[in-house]
Amino acid sequence: MTIKTLSQHGVQRQQMPCLTKMERMIISMQDPDMGIKLRNQRLLITVIPHAMTGADIFEWLIKKFSISDEEALHIGQIFVKYGYIYPLKEPRNLILKVDNSPYRFQTPYYWMSTRWPASELDYAIYLAKKNIRKQGELIEYEKECYNALHKRINHTWDFVVMQAREQLRASKQRRKADRIVLECQEQAYWLVNRPPPGTLDNIDHGPERRTTNTRVQLNADFYKKEIEHNRISLARNRVKSSICLESYVKYCEQYQPHDPIMQGCLPSNPWITDDIMFWNMNCETVSVPTKLRVERWSFSFMELLSDPVGRKEFLTYLEKEFSAENLCFWQACEDVRHGETSKIPGKVDEVYKQFLAPGASRWVNIDSKTMEKTLEGFKRPHRFVLDDAQMHIYFLMKKDSYPRYLKSDLYKNLLARAVVPQETKKSVLPFIHRQRHSSPSPALATQAAEDDGKTKNSNSFKSNSGTASRL
Amino acid sequence: MGEMEQLRKEAESLKDEITAARKAVQDLTLQDHVAGTAVVGRVQLKTRKTLRGHLSKIYAVHWGDSKLCVSASQDGKLIVWDSYTTNKVHAIPLKSSWVMTCAYAPSGNMVACGGLDNMCSIYNLKGKDGNVKVMRELAAHTGYLSCCRFLNDNEIITSSGDCTCVLWDIETGSQKTVFAGHLGDCMSLGVAPDFNTFISGACDFTAKLWDIRDGQCRQTFGGHESDINAIGFFPNGNAVITGSDDASCKLYDLRSDQELITYQDSGIMCGVTSLAPSLSGRLILAGYDDFNCNIWDSLKAERVGVLSGHDNRVSCIGVTPDGMACCTGSWDSFLKIWN
Repeated sequence: MTIKTLSQHGVQRQQMPCLTKMERMIISMQDPDMGIKLRNQRLLITVIPHAMTGADIFEWLIKKFSISDEEALHIGQIFVKYGYIYPLKEPRNLILKVDNSPYRFQTPYYWMSTRWPASELDYAIYLAKKNIRKQGELIEYEKECYNALHKRINHTWDFVVMQAREQLRASKQRRKADRIVLECQEQAYWLVNRPPPGTLDNIDHGPERRTTNTRVQLNADFYKKEIEHNRISLARNRVKSSICLESYVKYCEQYQPHDPIMQGCLPSNPWITDDIMFWNMNCETVSVPTKLRVERWSFSFMELLSDPVGRKEFLTYLEKEFSAENLCFWQACEDVRHGETSKIPGKVDEVYKQFLAPGASRWVNIDSKTMEKTLEGFKRPHRFVLDDAQMHIYFLMKKDSYPRYLKSDLYKNLLARAVVPQETKKSVLPFIHRQRHSSPSPALATQAAEDDGKTKNSNSFKSNSGTASRL
Repeated sequence: MGEMEQLRKEAESLKDEITAARKAVQDLTLQDHVAGTAVVGRVQLKTRKTLRGHLSKIYAVHWGDSKLCVSASQDGKLIVWDSYTTNKVHAIPLKSSWVMTCAYAPSGNMVACGGLDNMCSIYNLKGKDGNVKVMRELAAHTGYLSCCRFLNDNEIITSSGDCTCVLWDIETGSQKTVFAGHLGDCMSLGVAPDFNTFISGACDFTAKLWDIRDGQCRQTFGGHESDINAIGFFPNGNAVITGSDDASCKLYDLRSDQELITYQDSGIMCGVTSLAPSLSGRLILAGYDDFNCNIWDSLKAERVGVLSGHDNRVSCIGVTPDGMACCTGSWDSFLKIWN
């Protein structure tokens, strides 16, 4: 069911694709065999047919989708918010109550997908009807809207009043029960599409996005570019999906101890215990890094280079090997790449003098082809002019110095000396009511007490192994 | 007319060949592959802080480091929070209140924002006299600014409703590269961990990978049935995760050039507005139009948790660089920190 289609050369676009999904569910809810059992519900002295209770809806959702209470309530609320189900008792309160409050399905005539956005004209007619029926029945904000519309579409006002009168006349011919139902349906539609000020506008969806493609010309040039792009894409090398998936599994496994949301952290999570020790121990320029941090340098060369402490240690190692200029060169290239544009020529010049010129004090070994290309680029220095040379030195370090560093005594000693922070013990202070826990891992802690969704607002803290009270 | 039709047919047939080539490297399904991986179990995150101060819908939030973040709201303010103490470090009044995005520079020296004014405004946080002032206004887009991300203190990438993304030189305020190719409004972008490439998601239902240096589109990924609102890299830089109005998230692998995993559930009907992976990539946190945030196990493609607590749409989400906490921003004008 396409809601808002577009013509011409645009792509068929559906506004609010969620509506299709909602309507599918609503239709299955109304299935005569498998849907919700509808009954007559009393509203004051009138009997409303084909209605159900909030509890009916709630239980049907749980049974049909095997979901938790919380989720069923959440889904039920969405239907009421978007006007697919409306409450009979308190029509202005668009929420789902899980008791015997009566609800009714909205007629497809008033579904969001068939009548959206709501038209001004229709709203004017609706308000006019209300006004005619009982003078002064309009609520304050409705009066304001009515007056505003009267001004804005004054030229069609005769039509509005005529339509309103006609519709009122037609409705008088109906049975009272039908009339009430139709009035309820219409009122429900307008409560969703023109919510009273101060209440949540449930169908608000932000700034409009263009539905037709008017910016890009689908002409011959465009298709030629597409063809070129597709040809290159076709020729690319594709790695088997099994290898790729394996790499994700490995990556997640490797980094899991470093992921505080998955596995907590030591000494404790500052957000939970108000203790900022973790940040102090892991700041940029700490003298004794933690074990996890040092281990992380062995995951990849980039990890080592991105950590200032790692870079410092690596530099110390390279100095022993008399190849420190490689790292210095790499850093100088980074500076060119990420620095100010106006300073680029000056920096490039410095780099040449220090690292690339024949007889330079910190000469780096680059192959002749790359050197030639780089020197050529120096004639018009730009941000990426040193990229090839930098890449060459990067790979040199990665393949040679880096693996040897990881096997070196320097690294091994650092790893042995590295700190494994003590888990902060829970302390109980009489004047603080909030319990403290050290690094409960959200992922693991809740396996002990599997809940069925009812503990959303509970304040019970699940105990974690290793906590002890200390006064 | 005849020539264009031929060209269009040729482009289409090449697309079909690409689809076949992608299928050819699909040698194992996800289910088979992760059968041996341990289950994550239910993840329950609690709200640790609520940041109050905005008066209207919050459209964007971005972390600067483990404690500082910047948020943009349609009350016309950009607020830099020390989220740990919940103090407002800066409250920057904006010229245009129709802001849709904000970003924090990696150095912590600047923030940027933009929206229906079609401009990206850069603010210097470390000015000499302590006042935060507009440093640059980058104007050239012909559509709203949907997202912006700093590469460093001198370069920023923006995505716009005019279907293009642009790399700017902040110093001179000029456009360095225009990345054109999308057929619909570009809604979001993400920069690769190595800063060589970036990805964009658009209303033409595709995501594109661009090379920052030569401005070329390297790869295009389709499969979504509606606008892509959110996009991000998997932490190892080898995959792209997208979130769409069609209520699903997808993981596209760059090396096999195709969609490998879809995250969807029959109970989720509303679109994805924002997403962020946890530090290890095992969890994907995604914010939805139905006021909730769902937590997905990225490998098993199962929902393992829900963050509910907002009273309106979750418009933005971000995980701190140290992976310690996540922040959700909502149209209910509050930011919540969870872990």
